[in-house]
Amino acid sequence: MSVAAPLPHDAAPLHVTGVARYVDDIPRPANTLHLAFGLSEVARGRITALDLATVRAAPGVVLAMAASDLAREADCSPSANDEPLLAKGEVFYAGQPVFLVAATSHRAARRAARLARIEIAEEPALLTIEDALAADSRFEEGPRIYVKGDATTAIATAPHLIEGSLTMGGQEHFYLEGQAALALPQEGGDMVVQSSTQHPTEIQHKVADALGLPMNAVRVETRRMGGGFGGKESQGNALAIACALVAQATGRPAKMRYDRDDDMVITGKRHDFRIDYRAGVDATGRILGLEFVHYCRCGWAQDLSLPVADRAMLHADNAYHLPNVRIESHRLKTHTQSATAYRGFGGPQGMLGIERVMDHVAQALGIDPVALRQANYYRAAPASGPGTGRRHGGAHSPKPEEIGPETTPYHMPVEDFILHEMTARLLESSDYAARKAEIASWNAASPLLKRGIAFSPVKFGISFTLTHLNQAGALVHVYQDGSIHMNHGGTEMGQGLFQKVAQVAAARFGVDPGRVKITATDTGKVPNTSATAASSGSDLNGMAVKAACDTIRDRLAAFVAERHQTDPAMVRFEGGRVHVGGEALPFEQVVKAAYEGRISLSATGFYATPKLRWDRIRGEGRPFFYFAYGCAVTEVVLDTLTGENRILRADILHDCGASLNPALDRGQIEGGYVQGAGWLTTEELVWDDKGRLKTHAPSTYKIPACSDRPRVFKVALWDGANREDTIYRSKAVGEPPFMLGISAWLALSDAVQSTGPNWPDLPAPATAEAVLAAIGRARG
Amino acid sequence: MAEVTIKVNGAPVSRDVPDAMLLVEFLREELRLTGTHVGCDTSQCGACVVHLDGRAVKSCTTLAAQAYGAEVTTIEGLAAGEELHPMQRAFHENHGLQCGFCTPGMIMTGIDMVRRYRAAGQELDEAAIRHELEGNLCRCTGYHNIVKSIRQAAGEM
Repeated sequence: MSVAAPLPHDAAPLHVTGVARYVDDIPRPANTLHLAFGLSEVARGRITALDLATVRAAPGVVLAMAASDLAREADCSPSANDEPLLAKGEVFYAGQPVFLVAATSHRAARRAARLARIEIAEEPALLTIEDALAADSRFEEGPRIYVKGDATTAIATAPHLIEGSLTMGGQEHFYLEGQAALALPQEGGDMVVQSSTQHPTEIQHKVADALGLPMNAVRVETRRMGGGFGGKESQGNALAIACALVAQATGRPAKMRYDRDDDMVITGKRHDFRIDYRAGVDATGRILGLEFVHYCRCGWAQDLSLPVADRAMLHADNAYHLPNVRIESHRLKTHTQSATAYRGFGGPQGMLGIERVMDHVAQALGIDPVALRQANYYRAAPASGPGTGRRHGGAHSPKPEEIGPETTPYHMPVEDFILHEMTARLLESSDYAARKAEIASWNAASPLLKRGIAFSPVKFGISFTLTHLNQAGALVHVYQDGSIHMNHGGTEMGQGLFQKVAQVAAARFGVDPGRVKITATDTGKVPNTSATAASSGSDLNGMAVKAACDTIRDRLAAFVAERHQTDPAMVRFEGGRVHVGGEALPFEQVVKAAYEGRISLSATGFYATPKLRWDRIRGEGRPFFYFAYGCAVTEVVLDTLTGENRILRADILHDCGASLNPALDRGQIEGGYVQGAGWLTTEELVWDDKGRLKTHAPSTYKIPACSDRPRVFKVALWDGANREDTIYRSKAVGEPPFMLGISAWLALSDAVQSTGPNWPDLPAPATAEAVLAAIGRARG
Repeated sequence: MAEVTIKVNGAPVSRDVPDAMLLVEFLREELRLTGTHVGCDTSQCGACVVHLDGRAVKSCTTLAAQAYGAEVTTIEGLAAGEELHPMQRAFHENHGLQCGFCTPGMIMTGIDMVRRYRAAGQELDEAAIRHELEGNLCRCTGYHNIVKSIRQAAGEM
C-alpha cells in the first residue's frame, strides 16, 4: 500500500532539474509592475513630513503611494486589525513600511524607495521586556494566569526552593525563499493572487477587505513555498495586499519580492521571552510546587501573539506532572517587529523554561538530570485503552487516583504518555550512562576543552488552540481515463504534505501514487481553509482527502457491485484493480464504465477534529487531540578559552505514530533538530539602542551551516501507532522535533558546569560570548 | 549598456543589457532560466550558484558582463535529456531536499567540489563535504541527506 512507503518528495524531480516554480519564477505578463516599500528608520515617532516627489520622478516609477493616498483602509493583521499596510501618521518600529513604490523593474522600485524625504519627530521607544513592563505596555488587559492546585503553599512548605530567571532570544525564520506575491487583475475588478503563503484563505480575506470586494472576487493560489516555518502564516499579507492595490489602481499585474535585508527588517520573528521560576522540590527532586512568570515580547502589533503566548503556557509542563502550578503570562507590546508564528508557536519557549528548571534542580540537589526528569514524568499510559486489561476493585487493586491519568496544568488528562519506554530505549541505544561517565573522566583530564552531554524529552500538543481552526476540506476528481486530481486546503512548504496526502488518496483507491496529480492550493477549489500550521497539515487534510476519496470509491463500489450482483462492501480496491465478484478489473476500466453509467466522479471531503473543548481564559479543557513525543541525547564539546563549541553527536527517538512516510518524517526530525539547536546556540538577533535590527542578513545572523550539524546523527522512529483515530494512526511531525534541539543547549550547559562548582545560569542563545560569561559564573 | 555574448547550457546567447545587470538577473529575466534562485542577494546562501567555465560562482554577485565569452552551466543544463546527472539523481534518491529552494545551488556546488577534489587527487570525505558546503545554506533538511547525496554522487560521477 502507498501509505507508510518512504517515497521521495513529489516535487523532487522538479527541484533537481530547476523547473519547480516559486512565485518569483512564474512567467508574468510583460507590463507587470514591481513593488518595494519605503521603510521607517525610526522605531517610534510622528511623521511630520513625507515628500514622495523625488520617488515619483525616479526612472521607471509608475506610482508611489502613502497611507493618505489609499482610498480605503488597508490592514494586514491576522487578528486585531492593528496593522495598517502603510504607517498612518505614526511609526511603531524601525522597518515599518511608510510608502509603496511601483516601478517597471524590481531594481527601479528598490532604488526609488530610498529617495523619499521622510521627517519623523522621534519619541522614546519601548524596546525591551523591561521597558514594556515599566510602561505597562501590553496586549490584553493584564496577564493570563493558569492555575492547578496551590503552588504558593506547596513551594512554601517544600524542603528546597530553587529559583531563577531565564532569557531566551527570538529567531529569524530565514526561509530560503523570501516573501513574494503576484497580483493579476481580472475582468470586472476581480483579482487573482499568487502568494508564497501558508494561509491562502487569509490572503484572500485580507486582499478582499483592502480592495473592498467580497471574498468571492479574489482567488489565491499557492503551489509551493521555499520554506515557511510559520513565517508565512501572516507575514505575506502585506505583499499580497500591496500588489492587489497597485493592480487595482493601474489595471496592470503587480509583483513584490522582499530583498533579504528588507525581509529580515520588516517581518516578524519568533517571540523572545524571559521566564522567571520558583520551584519547591523534595529531597528526591520531585517538584511539589512550581510558579512560572512568562514575559513575552510581542512587538508593535498583536498578530498571533496571544495564541503563541497561550501555547507557551500550555507547554510549561512539557513532560512533567506538576501537582501544584501557577503560570502567569504577560504579552508585552514594544516598538519592534511584530513577533509572529514560528515552528512550535511558543511551545519551545514554554518547554525551555521547565527544562531549565529541571537542570537547575538537578545541579542544586546533586541528582542525575535524567533520573530527575524520569521521576517527574507523567504517569505512563495504560498499555491498552483506558479501562481495559486491568482488574479493578480487588483487595490489592490500586486506588483509582493512582492508576488514572494525571492532568496537565490546564486540567487535561494525559492519556497517551509513552516517554517512559521511549526514554529507556534511547538511553540504551545512545549508551548514555557509559558516555556520561567517560565524559566526566575525560573532562577531568582536559583543562581547556570540555565536553557535555544531555537528554531532553518532548511532549507537544497537537491541534490549533483556536478550536474552530481544526477543520479541513478537500476536492477530488477522478477523470474518465482513471487519472486522479487531488486538492486540499493545506500548503506545501517543503515538508512533504502533498506527497503524504497523495499517498492517502492512492491508498483509498488502491492505485499507484503516480496516478494522483497533486495540484496547487487554490481558494477557488477548497474554501475557508486554515493555515498550514500547528503541525496539522497531514492530520487535517489527510482526513479530508480520505473522506472525498471514500465518497467516490463508495459510488464506484455500488456501481460495480450492482453490475456483478454482489454486495458493495465486498468490492476491494487494490493493486490498481477493482476486485469484484471474483474478477479483478483495471481501475481505469471501472472508472470509464462508471462515467458512461452517469456516476459522479467528483467529491468534496471535510474533516473536523473531534474531542476538543478549550477555554483559553480559564485555562481549562482539552485543547489538544493528542500529544506527539520525542527525546534526544546530545553531546557537545566547547573551548573554555573562546566559548566556541560543536555538536559531536545527537541521538533521537521520535514518535510519528504509524508514519505515513518515514523518509519525509525523518527529514522533518533532522531539520527540526538542527533548526532548534540553531535557535539556542548561534542564532542571535541584535537590536541597537534605537530599535534598529542590526542582524538583517546572513552575514550577521548565523543559521546553522553544514559544518554545524552533529558529526554523528542517529535518528530513529518510535514504532507505535497513535492511540487516537488520526489518518492511518499517524502523528503530526512538523513542529515537535524542533524542541529536540533543547538537548544541545542543555549539553552546553552541562559542559559549562564541568568548569566550576557554581550554577552557570546559561541564557539562550548560548553564543560563544554567552558561554564564556557562563564559564565565568560557574568558576565564580 | 554592455554586450553579453556567452554560451548558456551549450547554446550561444548575445544580448545588450544594462552595465550593472547581474548574471542571475540575466539568466532569470533575459533567458527565463528560473532554476537559479536568489536567496539572500548577498552571496551568502548559495542558492544562485552556477558554473562559469566549469567553476562554481555565485551569480547574484557576478555581473552579466563579467561572463563575456564564458560558458555558463545552470541547473537546467545538467541533465542529458531524460537522463539526470548523477548529482541530481542522488539528491532525488536520498531525500536531499525539502522545500527545494537551495537545491539547484547545492547540486551545482556539489558537482564543482567533486571535480576539484578529483582533479587535485584528494579524497572528498564527509569532513571535506561539510567544509566545502560552508557557502550553501539550507534551512529545512539539517544537511544530513545533502551530505549523503553528494557522497553518493561522488562515487558515480
